[in-house]
Amino acid sequence: MHDVLTTCVYCGCGCGLYLHVEDGQVCGSQPSRHHPVSRDNLCVKGWHIHESVTHPDRLTTPLIRKNGTLTPATWEEALDFTAQQLGRIRDQHTGKAIGVLTSAKCTNEENYLLQKFARTALNTNNVDHCARL
Amino acid sequence: MAGLATTFGSGAMTNSINEIENAEVILVSGSNTTEAHPQVARRMLAAVDRGARLIVIDPRRTRLAEYSHLHLALRPGTDIPLLNAMMRVLLDEGLADDLFIEMRTENFLALRDMLNRLDLTETAELTGVPLPLINQAAQLYGRARKAVICYCLGVTQHVCGTENVQTIANLAMLAGHIEKEDTGVDPLRGQNNVQGACDMGALPNMLPSYQAVANQDYREKFERTWGTRLPEAPGRTLVEMTHGGAQGSIRGMYIMGENPMLSDPTLKKVEETIRGLDFLAVSDIFLTETAQLAQVVFPAACFAEKSGTFTNSERRVQMVRQAVAPPGECRADSEIIMALSGRLGYAMKYDSSAEVMEEIALLSPIYGGMHHDRLDQSWGLQWPCWDRGHAGTPFLHKYYFTRGRGHFMPSNHTEPGELPDREYPLLLMTGRIYHHYHTGTMTRKSERLNRECDHAVLQINPEDAKALGLRQGETVRLLSRRGEITLAASITDQVATGMVYTAFHFREAPINLLTNDAFDVGSGCPEYKVCAVRVAKMMSS
Repeated sequence: MHDVLTTCVYCGCGCGLYLHVEDGQVCGSQPSRHHPVSRDNLCVKGWHIHESVTHPDRLTTPLIRKNGTLTPATWEEALDFTAQQLGRIRDQHTGKAIGVLTSAKCTNEENYLLQKFARTALNTNNVDHCARL
Repeated sequence: MAGLATTFGSGAMTNSINEIENAEVILVSGSNTTEAHPQVARRMLAAVDRGARLIVIDPRRTRLAEYSHLHLALRPGTDIPLLNAMMRVLLDEGLADDLFIEMRTENFLALRDMLNRLDLTETAELTGVPLPLINQAAQLYGRARKAVICYCLGVTQHVCGTENVQTIANLAMLAGHIEKEDTGVDPLRGQNNVQGACDMGALPNMLPSYQAVANQDYREKFERTWGTRLPEAPGRTLVEMTHGGAQGSIRGMYIMGENPMLSDPTLKKVEETIRGLDFLAVSDIFLTETAQLAQVVFPAACFAEKSGTFTNSERRVQMVRQAVAPPGECRADSEIIMALSGRLGYAMKYDSSAEVMEEIALLSPIYGGMHHDRLDQSWGLQWPCWDRGHAGTPFLHKYYFTRGRGHFMPSNHTEPGELPDREYPLLLMTGRIYHHYHTGTMTRKSERLNRECDHAVLQINPEDAKALGLRQGETVRLLSRRGEITLAASITDQVATGMVYTAFHFREAPINLLTNDAFDVGSGCPEYKVCAVRVAKMMSS
């Protein structure tokens, strides 16, 4: 077993915690003793953070709606179809007809890339996230 | 965050979380801190142990309110008159910090004139808080050497949310309680990376680092680096996008790791809008209520399966480190975005999240010194961090406000968008609980967290429960003009008569079917803290 130091994903406190990894699976967590916020302490959500990572309901394959149902598809299919649809709407109605929601649970780098994608590739400033909810 | 941006110049906590522990007086408004920000509550209670005074402004008797020295149980939606009354007391008692006001602020006369016109007795009556209590709270806060104000969504989720925040800023400036260590105004951010998402320009009117889209100089700077023309007009906010209706002007959406089908107000309208889209793609780690309506769903890697950074409430940018490989065919969102962008004619190529951060540092002054190698070897850095040699900023506005001078923004009382009436006689407030997080996409998957709490409860006062003939734990119907859900009644005097409270984590009882779509024009924040509802027994109509 080894530990990986990372940052908790629940709430704005931003505790430092260690994920216990065994056989390529996250199997537990523990607070960082010296982290300025967590100081050897986690709330109940942080102590159980691994349970959602390894949950059997995780999505593991791209899905495309076919005849009304979401059906497993390849990455190529899913990416091509999405790009074609967003491209069509952008070209027919301009970027103002596209909305992009980024995520307060994703990383800074991902948020940066998605707003850049919206403003450049999709040519829209319709980009927001649930900051106020 | 619009409220602090207009008064101070930066919409973020002015202090670090640990500074709260050293304050002499802590004023908490609209924050259920022990449940939603456990580590911050820990600092508050540690401060109380050392002799600090705790003032809690909250309509409910929260656990923190039970530990407080003064609990100001205001009528929901009357934050502005309450704080105005406190400021008037400061003026009358000579507790205004004249030197600070003179040296560091502007527009004070407008505030003073407004306060002097205030009828204190009338204002106190409006808030439902006895005047002597307001007086005591104001004096405690005003006389302290080191005082912090912590607030959360209980302040912002009102039609007058921006004005509420501005009024808090007015109070802090009037007392001179800003600019110093252990003293300031601290908005507690709800989610792990709300601060970061805002910093990164995931906002319709702001490019990264709060550089306004409408400003041509900023746009040109980004156009040069990004090598393309950028749209000039600010875009639509989240609620404008999700409430456009079936025939709205938004025809396609891309949603990354968000669940508006549970988190947004007036869910019927959200569903109508989303079902009416020509195309929706969602990337998430679970098949959320929103993903279920998509044409394409991408399986995303979760936090343990990728690297990058989060920015916490105290502006601390910290590393997220990959621990394991993503399951199945999952990919990190950054890979998905790059793959789509290339297909849409705008190539993006980054070999690592560290490389993305280099570009962020280049374009965002407050992140100028944020590099992964520095963050990796420390507990993170707090922005503003201007360059590689800068050590970060534990507290803001030292010597001068971000915007230059602090700007007083006086406000008067604004009625909520919907108040109880004969047909819907109770006032509903929504919030969070300790064991769950946001729409429960992750926490509801945890067996042990579900064991602690697996259903929504409606807090209702014993008197109201008696009038309705309710028993403890009884399943009841909760109705508003917009929808209806069923949930278990929890009879408790934590809520006063005439009000009820529940959380929004539970898909079985999606409270946002009921909430009002009135929202704050300044920030786009929906009014989750006030709407009119009715409670009914299961068998009656």
